[in-house]
Amino acid sequence: MNAVNQSSALAREAGVGAIAVDAVSIALGQGADRFEAVQKLNLDIPSGQFVCLLGPSGCGKSTLLGAIAGHIRATQGSVTLDGEPIKGPHPDRGLVFQHHTLFPWKKIIDNVAFGLKMKGVGKAERRRRALELVKLVGLGGFENRYPAQLSGGMQQRVEIARVLINHPRVLLMDEPFGALDALTRNMMQELLLDVWEKIRTTVVFVTHDIDEALFLADRVIVMTHRPGRLLADIPIDFPRPRHRELLTAPEFVAIKRQCLHLLHGEHAQFKQPDPLERLSPLGPSLITETQIHLSQ
Amino acid sequence: MSNQVIVSRSEIDTGASSPHHAAAPEPQSPRRFTPRKGAHLALQLLSVAAFIVLWQWLSSRHISLGLITFENIPAPSDVVPAFFGLLESPKLVAHISNSLLRVFSGFVGAAALGIALGLIVGRSRWVADILMPPLEVLRPIPGVAWIPVAILAFPSSELSMIFITFMGALFPVLLNTIHGVESVDPRLIATARSLGAKPVSIFIEVILPSATPSITTGLAIGMGTAWFCLVTAEMISGEFGIGYFTWESYSLQNYADILVGMGFIGAFGMLSSVAIKHVGKALTPWLAAQEKQH
Ligand SMILES: Nc1ncnc2c1ncn2[C@@H]1O[C@H](COP(=O)(O)OP(=O)(O)OP(=O)(O)O)[C@@H](O)[C@H]1O
Ligand SMILES: [Mg+2]
Repeated sequence: MNAVNQSSALAREAGVGAIAVDAVSIALGQGADRFEAVQKLNLDIPSGQFVCLLGPSGCGKSTLLGAIAGHIRATQGSVTLDGEPIKGPHPDRGLVFQHHTLFPWKKIIDNVAFGLKMKGVGKAERRRRALELVKLVGLGGFENRYPAQLSGGMQQRVEIARVLINHPRVLLMDEPFGALDALTRNMMQELLLDVWEKIRTTVVFVTHDIDEALFLADRVIVMTHRPGRLLADIPIDFPRPRHRELLTAPEFVAIKRQCLHLLHGEHAQFKQPDPLERLSPLGPSLITETQIHLSQ
Repeated sequence: MSNQVIVSRSEIDTGASSPHHAAAPEPQSPRRFTPRKGAHLALQLLSVAAFIVLWQWLSSRHISLGLITFENIPAPSDVVPAFFGLLESPKLVAHISNSLLRVFSGFVGAAALGIALGLIVGRSRWVADILMPPLEVLRPIPGVAWIPVAILAFPSSELSMIFITFMGALFPVLLNTIHGVESVDPRLIATARSLGAKPVSIFIEVILPSATPSITTGLAIGMGTAWFCLVTAEMISGEFGIGYFTWESYSLQNYADILVGMGFIGAFGMLSSVAIKHVGKALTPWLAAQEKQH
């Protein structure tokens, strides 16, 4: 039992969680409405990397994430995790959405412990490990509340804890902080990085917010407008642990300009209102081209 | 019969809460007596008193309003002695115990079958296609119409009576259970699956709790309709039962006793519905927690 205690909630196997997306196309819809949401996409994510997906609305980010999660089948190509093809949803691949999916009838502690209950772990043991995770996401003292009694940010933290208790090889997050106010979102980003320092699982994080992507990621993937293809693959090498001051550092602002430029170009092409422009204090005129890895 | 599906308020409620309500208010003791609660209670008692005074006046004066006449309706002053008469009657215990047995047996049977069928029908299109058409035909048939079939089908008159209360309670339970199962959030099912839940666990951990508020609503209505069918059921009875007492009083033209019987049925029906509601509340503690947020 001691070994279990020591490894506890924070343990995970080293060197797992490598995702390979190989020439994947995903067609959605039926009959005449059928179209390719994702087209011939290649993406290799090494174990333990924090990757953010950026792209215009409707470009297929959620679809790609769904394929990695196993909820959506790739029409062509293959998605593998550590060399095994993905066949369906599995606790190895934890998924967190913008709107929480906590069980309203379970207290926080039992929501978090759910994955262990499904594995047949005894009540005392699973509660002990769940409590550890509840504390890890900063919700110690709230374990006996019901989800409806928590704020939106707290609910998302529970959601993260509930997924992490399964020691997932991959953490898939689809705009998890998209519904939160700016201050809470900043707090959640820091909390997520904090947790990730302790549990170095592979993370694929979809966001609309360039600041968020650059602040969190080791690597930012920019996708084209529908059908979603890879537009750019930008390594983000800022040292960790990262702090909010980073957002105003010149290197950060420079990369942000590149991203805006890329995304703006994507949007101009399709004459759609640009939701990202709102997020930018910089006008498009300020954007300068610099060295980035254009994948095409 | 009021067999319509009633959706409990909590199901309409999405449970979405504002991020600014992080700290839930301290749980308030439901027993605490506040001036406001006192005012509500006083108003309710006053309403009952006013109703009785009005009834007394209408009946004792033999008021006739054209469409409705109180000439032959016994006044409260006639009903109260009749009530004490029944209280002192040696048959009272037999009347009540027989009726309680019939109502509860019918109700328990209806609850067991209604919930079990509802859970299956709610989850399976196939079973729904097979079972629902005949059930939909049976649903509008009132208890009285079942009497001959009940007598023919069950050799024991006791079972015939239980069958009628059973039929009364079955549909509210069944339909509310189906409704509860069908309105389970598919996102929660997908989530449970991706967290490692197998079909049996999904049923126990997601579908059942999610449908519980609706099921308890169905049970509360079903309890009411079981009592509702009691007089009908006990028309078959030869000797005991509050429904029988009421029916017999009508045959014997003991009009005050009819009202006493009605009062007993109303009171027992109400008490058992309240009991069911309390059980329902105890089974769904998260709803109380949600309500405090709004
Ligand atoms: N089940 C579906 N059937 C048909 N079309 C769909 C379905 N789901 C999504 N789509 C379409 O597929 C495209 C890609 O959707 P997806 O949700 O992956 O985009 P997204 O990049 O996540 O967008 P957003 O940033 O707005 O969340 C969109 O144009 C969307 O309208
Ligand atoms: Mg999306």
